[in-house]
Amino acid sequence: MKPTDEKNPEYFHKVVDCQYACPAHTPVPEYIRLVAAGKYTEAYMINWESNVFPGILGRTCDRPCEPACRRGRIEEEPVAICRLKRVAADNKHDVRSLMPRVPFEKNGKRIALIGGGPASLTVARDLAPLGYEIHLYDEQDAGGGMMRTQIPSFRLPLEVLNEEVDYVLDMGIHTQFKTYVSSLQEILDKNYDVVFVGTGAPRGRDLVIPGRKEGAVNIHIGVDWLTSVAFEHTNKIGKKVIVLGGGNTAMDCCRTSRRLGGEEVKVVVRSPFKEMKASPWEKEDALHEDILIMDNHVPKKFVIENGRLIGMTFDKVHPVINEKGKRELVPTGEPEVFIEADDVLVAIGLENSFPWIEKETGIEFDNWGMPVVDAVTFQSSNPKVFFGGDAAFGPKNVITAVAHGHQAAISINLYCEEKTLTERPAPFTNLVSQKMGIHEWSYDSDVVNDLRFAVPHADKKASLSDRKMEVELGFDIQTAIKEAHRCLNCDVQTVFEKDKCIECDACMDICPTACITFTMNGDEEDLRTRLKAPSLNLSQDLYISGTLPTSRVMVKDEDVCLHCGLCAERCPTSAWDMQQFLYKVTKAC
Amino acid sequence: MTYIRSKFRHPGLPKNELGYTTQEYEGAISTLCAGCGHDSISGSIIQACYELSIAPHRIAKLSGIGCSSKTPTYFLGNSHGFNSVHGRMPSVATGANMANRDLVYMGVSGDGDTASIGMGQFVHVIRRNLNMVYIVMNNGCYGLTKGQDSATADEGSKSKKGVANPFQPIDLAGLALELGATFVAQSFSGDKEQLIPLIKAAIDHPGFAFINVISPCVTFNNNPGSTKSYDYVREHMEATGTTDFVPEKREITTSYEKGSGTDIQMHDGTYIRLEKLAATRDPFDRLGAINALQNSRNHNEILTGLLYVEPKTSDLHEIIQTSDRPLNSLRQDELCPGTLALADINQDYR
Repeated sequence: MKPTDEKNPEYFHKVVDCQYACPAHTPVPEYIRLVAAGKYTEAYMINWESNVFPGILGRTCDRPCEPACRRGRIEEEPVAICRLKRVAADNKHDVRSLMPRVPFEKNGKRIALIGGGPASLTVARDLAPLGYEIHLYDEQDAGGGMMRTQIPSFRLPLEVLNEEVDYVLDMGIHTQFKTYVSSLQEILDKNYDVVFVGTGAPRGRDLVIPGRKEGAVNIHIGVDWLTSVAFEHTNKIGKKVIVLGGGNTAMDCCRTSRRLGGEEVKVVVRSPFKEMKASPWEKEDALHEDILIMDNHVPKKFVIENGRLIGMTFDKVHPVINEKGKRELVPTGEPEVFIEADDVLVAIGLENSFPWIEKETGIEFDNWGMPVVDAVTFQSSNPKVFFGGDAAFGPKNVITAVAHGHQAAISINLYCEEKTLTERPAPFTNLVSQKMGIHEWSYDSDVVNDLRFAVPHADKKASLSDRKMEVELGFDIQTAIKEAHRCLNCDVQTVFEKDKCIECDACMDICPTACITFTMNGDEEDLRTRLKAPSLNLSQDLYISGTLPTSRVMVKDEDVCLHCGLCAERCPTSAWDMQQFLYKVTKAC
Repeated sequence: MTYIRSKFRHPGLPKNELGYTTQEYEGAISTLCAGCGHDSISGSIIQACYELSIAPHRIAKLSGIGCSSKTPTYFLGNSHGFNSVHGRMPSVATGANMANRDLVYMGVSGDGDTASIGMGQFVHVIRRNLNMVYIVMNNGCYGLTKGQDSATADEGSKSKKGVANPFQPIDLAGLALELGATFVAQSFSGDKEQLIPLIKAAIDHPGFAFINVISPCVTFNNNPGSTKSYDYVREHMEATGTTDFVPEKREITTSYEKGSGTDIQMHDGTYIRLEKLAATRDPFDRLGAINALQNSRNHNEILTGLLYVEPKTSDLHEIIQTSDRPLNSLRQDELCPGTLALADINQDYR
């Protein structure tokens, strides 16, 4: 293999698994260290710059970082990254003074944002400080989009939501709430320099099976129902509730039902429990609130009696792997199951819908009814119109919408400055030695053995009786510091300098996880078979040095490196050094 | 942090026949200088014992005084250990071995501990062919007292201060051959591929097995002009051939190219395989080994690998005909047969 090119910022970025997995590439280890040091405000600002909604995401993020966390490959569970973000948000001091100032003099460019969700707000946050005049349109009476309408208050208190939405709106954004945009052409006709579409995936999929029409009064689309609860148009539900679907919306529906009078709430889902789309922790929380999850049930019909919904029937299925190796749900042949219900919530997926975008706007749509959007620039086929969030590539999550928003803001800024959109700014990187002495590093290199700490929950009875009471209480500071110490500091890189190496093998002998091998070079497949410990995780790179005097090379398998710094401590010539790598995605501002 | 090694290990570490990973063979974290050759030798001992699937409690590690003799703390943490008086490790090993012949005895010593203060003990333990492994971690200087030339420092080798050593060195491998040692090898701490099979073969050898391992002292003897530095040893190493230790069971499944090497059958059916053996070298030829060693020295080369082996040899227990059972397991009535037996014996002399 060729020697690793350390100058390529993506090499070391990839070693920081959590940051690499995060769509917005938040520098996770950096803020976890700040939390451990009690610097909550600084930790918050690192997050805010990168993901705009630390308090919201610290409670509701889909956490792509956690399955990626290296700790999860060494012991049982990853670091509670998401909940440490919340600790920073809950304990910060005033942060307004640290946020970018919005110039009084505008730059003369006007931008319309359609939809007030995370993608649009991120664009506003990036462009307002540059002097753009920004107009935000949303049909609801407050900003936040799906964060307000679909995430129940017991997971995300209103104060937290309002605070972080307001940080952005207070940047002089012209908000036009309660304004449903029914025509894109109308907006374009107002002579905005750019229009950004961040309207999300607003439509819940319906289930058209027998009895749907007759039972309509008691059959609700999950997301619409959640919205109506959020704006307090709905405040009760029947005692027996069926929630159809296995995603996070279904979990929010069933838990909200429990708070609005649902006593026997059942989630009924087609797929097996293990394959449900909901995050494992959401399923756990639902089960904890006495909600029954019935898997492998396919809805057959709504049962109506005397013109009123009384329940539903289902066919039982079981998963079978077919000849093509794909998982299929095959009927078990058992008699159909009847489940009683006063109300049914349908939460079987979200759909995009753009009935308000006219053909003459020049925006092309693909066969699935999605706009044709460039994956890098987020520009549509109308050069003035940009898309982001769920509206661009279908339903994902908040953190993805934020990442889209940042990139779209860069594009919009480039577009307004009449520059080429494909020439993106390079990421900001920095690599600094952490050496303070022979056995001393400026980061906490000791690896603690603690298992993941659990976040305390509010009393079940109390929280079920109050829809707005937050269930998760967040870590107390002592536990947060302990949890923060579980972080392996993967951003402190093991950097090898071939010319200093005397091949004494000290690093190889000391490495607790047998990451380092000195051996003859070969191609990757061959090298992986000759390492000191089995190298089976192909998604993790091998760090290869140039050829050493004995004609061998140093090979480090990044997979389970603890970043404990022992290789560097045991190196007599400082050929190894621990260097902190900071990687920041460059933003428009 | 200082001297803390995480308890986490690679989750996919392979297990040996006993179900142990290398972790069960590790010791405490080393307090030797960073880059010390001795740590590499410790690593090789760990690997060799792991690969041979020896239960850790079946090993006794013994040492004297010095940097080298500190190392038993850093390997085989689950084994028996005795850190004895300076140069007196062979006596303690002899006593232990006499009492319990069932253990594997791993003696670790340094050039000072062996070639200076312990020379008398060293020669006698060879003479008695005690069944043990005797590893000398040879760095040519007294590292623990700031790097004075030791008795194995080569004539003309320069110390860190730049002063050349005026004295002739003691060649420990040559001496061991001269005294009739039945297994003599020489290696280099920085060459694990050679050292690990040698340690395995030495453990398997039924008599006294001596390995002289050149082990650079990074702090006091790794300077230009030293003949025990990493660079010098790498440049001047000459191997007798590639050595591999083949346990009998593995041989069945491994196919070797015929004629490419020499197999030496050991007493228990295992093999030492010598590959790429120079045509002129015969591992059973003591005289040839002494000659080869002297020739290499004349050419400023360090001859490494297995120099001499006498696979079927009689160790001290066989020579003095002790009981097959370890003496420490004999009960008093077995050791002292009583007055009747004494009367019988006395009867023979009447």
